[in-house]
Amino acid sequence: MSAAKSTFADRLLGRVRLGGLLSLAAPILAVVFAGLITSVVLLITGAPPLETLGIMVDYGVQPRSIVLALNLASGFYLSAIAVAIGFRMNLFNIGVDGQYRLAALVAAAFGASITLPAPLHIAAVVLVAMLVGAGWASIAGLLKVRRGVSEVISTIMLNAIATALGSWLLNKDRLAVEVAGSNNIGTKPLGPSAQVSGIALIPGSPLKVNGLIILAVAVGVLYYVVLNRTRFGFDLRATGRSEPAAVASGVNVKRMVLIAMALSGAVAGLAGMPILLGESYSYSLQFPLGLGFTGIAIALLGRNNPVGIAFGAMLWAFLDVSSNILQLHEISPEIVQIMQGTIVLSVIVAYELVHRYQISAEQRRVSSELAGGTQVRAEGASA
Amino acid sequence: MAIRTEGAVISTSTPAVELEGITKRFPGVVANRDISLSVQQGHVHAVVGENGAGKSTLMKILYGMQRPDEGEIRVNGKAATFRSPADAIAVGIGMVHQHFMLADNLTVLENVILGSEPRAGGVAIDFGTARRRIRQISDSYGLGVDPDALVEDLGVGARQRVEILKVLYRGARILILDEPTAVLVPQEVNELFENLRGLVREGLTIIFISHKLDEVLSVADAITVIRRGTTVAEVSPEDVTARRLAELMVGSELPSPQTRESAVTDVVALSVRGLTVRSEDGRAVVDGVGFDIRRGEVLGIAGVEGNGQAELVEAVMGMRPAEGEVLLGDKDISAWPTLRRREAGIGYIPEDRHRHGLLLEAPLWENRILGHQTRRPNVRGPWIDRAGARRDTERIVEEYDVRTPGIDVDAAALSGGNQQKLIVGREMSGEPVFLIASHPTRGVDVGAQAAIWDHLRAARAAGLAVLLISADLDELIGLSDTLKVILRGRVVADVDPRTVTPEQLGSAMTGAGEAA
Repeated sequence: MSAAKSTFADRLLGRVRLGGLLSLAAPILAVVFAGLITSVVLLITGAPPLETLGIMVDYGVQPRSIVLALNLASGFYLSAIAVAIGFRMNLFNIGVDGQYRLAALVAAAFGASITLPAPLHIAAVVLVAMLVGAGWASIAGLLKVRRGVSEVISTIMLNAIATALGSWLLNKDRLAVEVAGSNNIGTKPLGPSAQVSGIALIPGSPLKVNGLIILAVAVGVLYYVVLNRTRFGFDLRATGRSEPAAVASGVNVKRMVLIAMALSGAVAGLAGMPILLGESYSYSLQFPLGLGFTGIAIALLGRNNPVGIAFGAMLWAFLDVSSNILQLHEISPEIVQIMQGTIVLSVIVAYELVHRYQISAEQRRVSSELAGGTQVRAEGASA
Repeated sequence: MAIRTEGAVISTSTPAVELEGITKRFPGVVANRDISLSVQQGHVHAVVGENGAGKSTLMKILYGMQRPDEGEIRVNGKAATFRSPADAIAVGIGMVHQHFMLADNLTVLENVILGSEPRAGGVAIDFGTARRRIRQISDSYGLGVDPDALVEDLGVGARQRVEILKVLYRGARILILDEPTAVLVPQEVNELFENLRGLVREGLTIIFISHKLDEVLSVADAITVIRRGTTVAEVSPEDVTARRLAELMVGSELPSPQTRESAVTDVVALSVRGLTVRSEDGRAVVDGVGFDIRRGEVLGIAGVEGNGQAELVEAVMGMRPAEGEVLLGDKDISAWPTLRRREAGIGYIPEDRHRHGLLLEAPLWENRILGHQTRRPNVRGPWIDRAGARRDTERIVEEYDVRTPGIDVDAAALSGGNQQKLIVGREMSGEPVFLIASHPTRGVDVGAQAAIWDHLRAARAAGLAVLLISADLDELIGLSDTLKVILRGRVVADVDPRTVTPEQLGSAMTGAGEAA
């Protein structure tokens, strides 16, 4: 069987340059697989799978749902890019969650305490968020460089510390005030000059798309350009692919760790901005949690590719939004979380399989292309 | 001689191993096709071929690590199919790997029984029985292995004997030795050959993989030559000269590393003074080493691996903290980071190209940038100059004869020799003034080896200063203008490469020369 398989591979793919199609196959297969698993779960819970998925799709493609999904996706996207920056260098920034929450809280308080002309005010709030995110992430970077502490451990712990620090700060004695008409507390609302208005992007819905979607797109483009077209990006990717090779090539790996961690934290700081500047205008107890962890899943889903992450973020947001309808049909909305979980797991497996396959297919291709020419050139060399 | 006659007597019986029409399509550059091999019982059967000819693949097939796509394996006349090494061990085939697979912090006994521990009372390990059996095997084959020695205290030769013993302990009657002499100095090679003779005298069969012809001629009873993945000749050592064997292997004449005339000038390119590198526990692994390399000079460092060569190189590259002075020309670069040293014109062919020399999962043109990411034609200011880097990669592929279908394939897809040619081409570009060549031709085929030697010679003639580290004594003697021997981190001898023999060099490397 193994003989037949490799011959088949030789013929079918050995000589064919693998394009992007094969890498697209992985996520699609994974989503289909996740659909199957979800169907099984639905069957067990007694809901009809096809019908349920149909309901979700019907609801999800309504203009209103698309706007909601896009708004959710902006934050997801920024968070995932923050994670991806670390991933490209083999740094696991699990702390995006703490970084964006702390950044949003401080930025919200700062933004409410000043008044500036509109674009400046927004820029100042964004800048503060980035600085706080970068600063918080840098603690993990410093610990790694100075003391060899694994960033996985330190960022997880820093998440817990950020939570505690956030609760301490979000207190009426410090940054918080009572939110009018509720027993919620939050920072003072941002003035109008720091509120970003929405864009009427999707026809057929009165809801507007969060204006900070532009920021997300810009960060995506910047991410691509910096990583793929600059020296710094090359050094970062080289370090991620092989640290010893990067060291031998003259990359100062410690410095790269510090910079990459700070950059990741800065982008993480942006993850809360679409909600803060475009929706809630203050940081309250109701500020959404867990964006950072969603970002990890989406970065994996999108394979650290800016376009892939965009698709991943949209898929995730779409699932989140369409889960709202399930309750009306007396289906537990947690089914969506099961689906999201299986998608991530199966995508990772599928990517790994495709990746291994690609490597060996390329080796085959090289050897088969060389097999013809080698003879001639070698004889020539010996003459 | 004695073995040979004995072998001839036994050879009337069934061959110990027969391979027929073995074909393996394998990811990588070399495949096996239509290999036939017949090994007589009680023979040392050598399988020779240049690096990358497919010897290792063949042996992996025989040891069950790879499955052939076509062909038949017969052991002692019976057809065999191996799904894993366990199947091969079951029919009495054992393999001694080129790289030892021993746990340093365990004793010989523990290493030997690891994975096939004799049980006492169902749970406990029966150390007594194991110790007796190991002693018995060691005595009957003259291996001289002490079961209670700690592996980390053993030398390379002794470790190899432990590996052999490990295989014998599992009941192997057919031993595959993959390049067993690659890690040994000449004296240890002779001891190994004595052991091998002892083994065949007891009726064992040995398949000996090598590309060192003099060794093969001195120890083998029969020789099979592999070239480009297939068996091209079956010869007897009496009827063949080393030169003829080499021609069979390469299909052309064997290149020699002989440098022609000296190109050494008076201008010192690199000067190292009192260089000391300490390990984490404060021990000096490089101890007060000093030397000058002039323009046009190749300084060779000979030494058994692990005597501080790697640390010395990394210290000169600025990859490892060190005490002492390193001067490039008249500039003191001791405090410079690696990048600045590279920019000042130090080229670096690293010992382990996969770890230090390449990004395996990146295309060739990105690998061209590695180590040169601040210089044209790879970058323009902070931007990567894709077009420039790609053009220059094309140039390297052309000038250095890197066999690849294009510059967009990943480095991992190339054979070792072609990867190395790419590295050499890269490190030679940007007009370096000083080059560190660490095992520049290790694991590359003869063709690539000759090409790399030519490039080194040409660069040397053009005034390049080279620090050459190598385990290949012929290469060291042939290419170097000056030779220093390093032992336990110290330079212990200066040797004239024009007069020294590999044996003398080998003695100096092991410290035997000190006493003499």
